[in-house]
Amino acid sequence: MSPRRVLIFGGIALIAGGMLFGDIFAVFVLHQNGGQAGQELLAATRAVAVGDSAGVEKHFAEIGGLLEDHGTKLDAHTHMTAAGYLALLLALLQPYVAFSFRTRKMLAQLFVAGGLLLPLGIFLIHYVGLAYSPFSVIGWASILADSAGALLIVALIGETCGLWRYFQGTRADEPEPVLPPDTSWESRVLLAGGTILILLGFLFGAWYAGLDLYEHEAREKTILGTMLKASASGGDAAQLVSDYGNLQAEKAVDIAAHSHVIEFGLLAILLSFIQPFVFLNSCWKRFWVKLLLAGSIILPVFVLLEMRLGLIAGGIADVGGLMVLIALIGTLAGVLRYTGALDAQRGSAR
Amino acid sequence: MSAARKLLIFGGLILAALGMLYGLYYALFVEHQALDRMGGSLATAFVDAAERNLPAAQLAVNEYAETKYDYVRQVDGHSHWIGLAMVMIVLGVVLERAGFTERTRFAIAVALALGSFSFPGAVLLQTFTRGGALVSALAVGGSALVIGAMAGAALGFARQRSGSLSKS
Repeated sequence: MSPRRVLIFGGIALIAGGMLFGDIFAVFVLHQNGGQAGQELLAATRAVAVGDSAGVEKHFAEIGGLLEDHGTKLDAHTHMTAAGYLALLLALLQPYVAFSFRTRKMLAQLFVAGGLLLPLGIFLIHYVGLAYSPFSVIGWASILADSAGALLIVALIGETCGLWRYFQGTRADEPEPVLPPDTSWESRVLLAGGTILILLGFLFGAWYAGLDLYEHEAREKTILGTMLKASASGGDAAQLVSDYGNLQAEKAVDIAAHSHVIEFGLLAILLSFIQPFVFLNSCWKRFWVKLLLAGSIILPVFVLLEMRLGLIAGGIADVGGLMVLIALIGTLAGVLRYTGALDAQRGSAR
Repeated sequence: MSAARKLLIFGGLILAALGMLYGLYYALFVEHQALDRMGGSLATAFVDAAERNLPAAQLAVNEYAETKYDYVRQVDGHSHWIGLAMVMIVLGVVLERAGFTERTRFAIAVALALGSFSFPGAVLLQTFTRGGALVSALAVGGSALVIGAMAGAALGFARQRSGSLSKS
């Protein structure tokens, strides 16, 4: 298998794996985890009301565990998909990496291995903790994640050196053929759709940073201060805990909508480049393109609507994510059917 | 290979490596400590409140807010550097399809590169200046450059499309 195909297979598989994990996380962990954290916070305010310091500490230890559980799963999802995007990007650059076939393949395998081990290490942080660790705050799972991150950096620096050599005039002995220019309907729609999605994501991010970010930070501080005063005076802080939970949810949906719409835009553009590798008939290719772009809009829009429509919108957003995932798996099936025509062309040219 | 493509691809790779190196440094030396400090100060606030020491509780809430202010921006800096690096590399591969002159494409590439380096950099600098006007202006300017470049690229792709349609 050529280095480019290692990166295309690995990249799509990492993205699909990261999205599947994200969907499972959204359906089975996210809301339940948030609910439990809210319950623990409410219990902590009640411990404050009765002057029970030990109780407060116990509930905060629980909250810390819940937040770590939530944070590591979210990070595993984002890092796995991001590594997949980078793998696809590197696949595009392979014709310009002036190393031998063996070195390019080793770099590709190193990158895909790092992309797999990094989220695995992050996922395990919550479960492994500091067991048998020689360090005071970093456990073995963190060490695995950090080492995998270092692998990714080494592979990326290697690819950059290969590009540098290419621009200095060195050529690989068995270069990957440059992808033929693809002006098919699928490629053009993915490119245009992806560009628009990224632009929408940037605009939404700017709007969020300008109007919401500082207001959210100020509101969080105010709610916490008021919650402590109410609890210390023996009152019930249930409403304030609910307000605090709603604020966290507001922040989460804004950030999720911003990041997902950009990621899906990037994915659409990347998939537009690899259409020559998708060996499906035109009807199926168009179907996967439409499904991917529809899911790419549905997920962020309904994530944003979750604050108004509740779990119904959350369910529709999950379906949007599933649509993107299915389209991705359909595309991967097309790549798997790739007959090696480009490689064969390269062989006959020699 | 055009100058715009070289700038975007090399700039993107350097930016991705920079973002990853920062992420590795952050994960090893900053993140765990920041998370411990955030959790610790919030727990301290509640314990102080339980002991009816509200001034100390408020101080702990302030410390929590400050640590979280830094944490959010440090994570944002890391993720935006890598995200924008990917956008740069992708545009580097595809920008030649934009229906503009080479000079305009290079201007788009310069704007995207400058914005992609400066916007997350300014976000990180906010942790030192606490929202100073200059750094905030740099962040706003950087993000405006990125948005402008992306809008320019979208327009270029649309022009290329309509150009090829009218030819056909």
